[in-house]
Amino acid sequence: MGQDHSHDHTEPPSDPALRVKALESLLVEKGLVDPAAIDAIIETYETKVGPRNGAKVVARAWTDPAFKDLLLSDANTAINSMGYAGRQGEHMKVVENTDTRHNLVVCTLCSCYPWTVLGLPPVWYKSAPYRAQAVSAPKGVLTEFGTTLQEGTKISVWDSTSEMRFLVLPQRPEGTDDWTAEQLEDLVSRNSMIGVELALTPAELKVIQAGESS
Amino acid sequence: MSDTTTHFCKNLPNLPTDEEGPVFAEPWQAQAFALAVRLCDEGHFTWSEWVETLSQEVKRAQAEGDPDLGDTYYNHWLNVLEKMVAQKNVVSPSDMTIRKEEWRQAYLRTPHGRSVEL
Repeated sequence: MGQDHSHDHTEPPSDPALRVKALESLLVEKGLVDPAAIDAIIETYETKVGPRNGAKVVARAWTDPAFKDLLLSDANTAINSMGYAGRQGEHMKVVENTDTRHNLVVCTLCSCYPWTVLGLPPVWYKSAPYRAQAVSAPKGVLTEFGTTLQEGTKISVWDSTSEMRFLVLPQRPEGTDDWTAEQLEDLVSRNSMIGVELALTPAELKVIQAGESS
Repeated sequence: MSDTTTHFCKNLPNLPTDEEGPVFAEPWQAQAFALAVRLCDEGHFTWSEWVETLSQEVKRAQAEGDPDLGDTYYNHWLNVLEKMVAQKNVVSPSDMTIRKEEWRQAYLRTPHGRSVEL
């Protein structure tokens, strides 16, 4: 495998993934399982798949400038250095939000997603409206998620492919200067790493935590 | 959680879980889990058949030196799933092998970024 970037084929998934795919398609064909029922079960585990260590990667980048430089120039090496292995043949690129630029990730053709760092894609990420609007009207998408950017901020939309997957490095929220990387992790939502939201502010986190404990 | 899932969690001590239920290292594992749950729900096999067969498979693997620290659990799960559907004459092993190869070929001939279809 290695870094084969030819575009005339798609890299087949791992052997067990192919076996499951084979079995599921045979069972569906025979009318023995309903694909919608399978998808419904999988959706309930949307947040339970993969190491989901994206928040740790972001928090480290916020607190360790050398790591951040490496992450932006060679995301695979940086992420592997934290002991998180991606799948072979999947190249990760991390794009950084700044005061003047906001990044949004989409996969217009299918639903490529960096599940090794973010888990399974949320349902809306795979939906046709999101895939279309993220490209044609990214600002509208952000508004739907309740996200407002500073006046004049430019939006870059990154279209993932099966070989190049993007992860957004959100901006570190204000008022967190004395926070440790571990504390900062809680501010890094999955949606902020897709780019539809910003990282939580300490005040927003407090509200969420109060809601969970009540 | 469905009754089937609750039953699996209660009776399969090695099943990787967190405080809320099953967790998966890779997407195919969630898919294999969902298939077993549905096949049970649809009556193709019972909870206890599943638990019994899977426990035996894990024991057999451990006896052969698999430390099973959670990372191989779903390989056993998948082996049992294939074995059970074959035993019940739901899908034959050769159909599974052929179909797997068809999917592999489909990936290899699909230009990248397109959806892969047989």
